[in-house]
Amino acid sequence: MSTDAVAGFDPALSEELILRLPQARALGLKIASFGGGRAEIHMPFAEHLVGDPKTGVIHGGAVSTLMDTCGGASVMAHPLVEGHTATISLRIDYLRAATPGQGITARAECHHVTRSVAFVRAVALDEDETRPVAMATGTFTVPQLRESDAEGAA
Amino acid sequence: MSLRKPEPVQVVKQRRDLALRALAEGVPYVNFLGITFDRRGDELTGVLNFDEKLIGNPDLPALHGGVTAAFLEVTSIITLSWMSLWDEVESGRLDLASLEQGRLPRLPKTIDFAIDYLRPGLPRDAYARARVTRSGRRYASVHAEAWQDNRDRPIVQAVGHFLMPSEER
Repeated sequence: MSTDAVAGFDPALSEELILRLPQARALGLKIASFGGGRAEIHMPFAEHLVGDPKTGVIHGGAVSTLMDTCGGASVMAHPLVEGHTATISLRIDYLRAATPGQGITARAECHHVTRSVAFVRAVALDEDETRPVAMATGTFTVPQLRESDAEGAA
Repeated sequence: MSLRKPEPVQVVKQRRDLALRALAEGVPYVNFLGITFDRRGDELTGVLNFDEKLIGNPDLPALHGGVTAAFLEVTSIITLSWMSLWDEVESGRLDLASLEQGRLPRLPKTIDFAIDYLRPGLPRDAYARARVTRSGRRYASVHAEAWQDNRDRPIVQAVGHFLMPSEER
């Protein structure tokens, strides 16, 4: 896969990236931005994502899928990383229940890469962007690094 | 002194399976992923029934990592709820009819969940068990793992902390 989308945001290419993933399609995920080691992905609210019918709050599992997808996308949006990545680990803190009826947006940043590992932090927001719903940190595989050396050699 | 006659086995089974089904099927997201539960006594095994939409990487193909993580989180929450529900089911305090109508007990809330991806998930069913390593009045710690063909080769494991629902129901 070529990653020319790094500098600017190519919606067609990034939509394709998402639409190739059946689970991302099933969740209705939409890439809002992609490039420079950052990605933003939106997940619309849907009744079938509810985890507690009493409260109507989206299940944490759906939020983890969104965070995982967005984290992986931020790695692929990193200028030094080439090819597909896989999650090594992901840790999520659920800060509060998402507001019922509202979609969730994840923003992820790949803030450091070594020859083998990419480090990511991410945040999940509903319409009240001042109070995050969840925060995550994750590590991802680096299949191939572009010529110039990244520091470190994990 | 006379011993109480034990209940017929099918009555016991029916009651337990009814309660479990109501608990799991009452959660829309559990149905969306196609997760069901097998029960042996009080032990639960989550089953992630394979479906094309669970695929994350169509090239391999492999289950989406988010899905296997969600599978472990669902299994953890249902296992925790099931443990607290068990006594009520067995003592007959729980009204099964109202449970069936979707009046579920309040569910534990995830505080944090840390997932360790061990192997790609193959495009077929996966199984999971959660072990409650500590269960307090307010907080519970759970370790969960999922596997496919071989129990000794888990595809993903996780530890999580959960906030238990307060007593009043």
